Amino acid sequence: MKYLKDIGSYFSMLRLVFSRPTKASVLRHLIYKEINDLIINSLGIVAFISFFVGGVIAIQTALNMENPLIPKSLIGFATRQSILLEFAPTFISIIMAGKVGSFITSSLGSMRVTEQIDALEVMGINSLNYLVFPKIIALLFYPFLIIFAMALGIAGGWIAGVYGGFVSSADYATGLQDSFIPFHITYAFIKTFVFAFILATVPSWQGYYMKGGALEVGKASTNSFVWTSVLIILANFIITQMLLG
Amino acid sequence: MIKVENIFKSFGNEEVLKGVSTIFEKGKTNLIIGQSGSGKTVFIKCLLGLFTPEKGRIIYEEMAIQDMNKDQKSELRQQMGMLFQGGALFDSMNIEENVMFPLRMFGKSNKSEMLDRVNEVLKRVNLENVNKKLPAEISGGMQKRVAIARAIVNKPKYLFCDEPNSGLDPRTATVIDNLIQEITKEYDITTVINTHDMNSVMEIGETIIFLKEGKLVWKGDKTEIFKTDNEAVTDFVYSSDLFKKIREVQIKEK
Repeated sequence: MKYLKDIGSYFSMLRLVFSRPTKASVLRHLIYKEINDLIINSLGIVAFISFFVGGVIAIQTALNMENPLIPKSLIGFATRQSILLEFAPTFISIIMAGKVGSFITSSLGSMRVTEQIDALEVMGINSLNYLVFPKIIALLFYPFLIIFAMALGIAGGWIAGVYGGFVSSADYATGLQDSFIPFHITYAFIKTFVFAFILATVPSWQGYYMKGGALEVGKASTNSFVWTSVLIILANFIITQMLLG
Repeated sequence: MIKVENIFKSFGNEEVLKGVSTIFEKGKTNLIIGQSGSGKTVFIKCLLGLFTPEKGRIIYEEMAIQDMNKDQKSELRQQMGMLFQGGALFDSMNIEENVMFPLRMFGKSNKSEMLDRVNEVLKRVNLENVNKKLPAEISGGMQKRVAIARAIVNKPKYLFCDEPNSGLDPRTATVIDNLIQEITKEYDITTVINTHDMNSVMEIGETIIFLKEGKLVWKGDKTEIFKTDNEAVTDFVYSSDLFKKIREVQIKEK
């Protein structure tokens, strides 16, 4: 029963987010701020993780190739497929559920606890549109972060493979181009947009509707990470089944 | 003027407000007093439209908030200023941005006009040279004054204050009380203050209502409150040692 109530409250929140819009000049400023907080400030961690995970994928693939008949270009192929199909869109999104999701929940939760959300409502402002709508718009730029993760993951694989002595640059490049299916890029970006929406709205719902004090803000952040991750994994399964299954 | 007619509000099975009726007059500081848990905060949130009562009406000038459409409610809220218990300043904005916020959201002035108005209200609440500071960088008393400045920057018709003195030392609390009363007279607005601070009652209690367990049990002013025989009110007023001693002196004098 509680889950049904929560689902209802989530969709009711979405309806309110898109009603009674905030003044355009204020909204524009808020969107820039959210792009900075949610996207630009995540570049560092995404770059670090993508580069090294790309490297690890290349090394793992190389170390598991015992049969001399298997071409070395498979290292490039495996790295590309892993990065494009799963690592960049899905696992970066799980990491972002921890970073961006917790940030959104704790900032909205703190605003709830300190009555800042009530202050917005008393002023006649649609607080959901003011607080959540700019986050949804900012996360429309999330695919750029994923492109960045894809590029760095593949670059990390190339550096680890070539400088580790596992594969030549030419073989790695051949592998990257081997059996390339352009629809996989479309599939990855469809997933990315869905995950971006989950990343913007689920933590916002957790933070906006939280009750209690500082301790509950911490609990809400944890719940936010758990639910955002669960929904991303479920959405990933459903989209993969629908588009590739 | 705000007229409240027989409002009821519950949360689950718990009935918090049980048929409260009163009138808050324009140009006066109207106090709502009562012990913790008496329904004061729920009452003020009903007045603000943050909670919807199950029964009863809250009438602003001519129109009940229950009969207003979304646009009318939004317009009404732009005529309200609210001083929250903790100030509720936006901690990502500096003082100037906090005070300018209602002007940016609803005003039609340009930036320099807005800035002039911000400086005017900050000066009115005796705050200068704090424009670029963040709320966390100023004292609790100063935060309350910034919150008052933000509440009056749009020249509201109604000012609501939820425990304006909570967490302040007695001297600063008196400064805040006097400031609220001066602003009420100066702007000729309807001010509703939710408090359990007897010093505030003595300083600015022009009309006072006393809530007990969600019911209005007494109404009067700051002189009448010390003369009433209402047991609930006397229990509340004379609960502190200082007021107990004053009471003993009064009885001896009689």
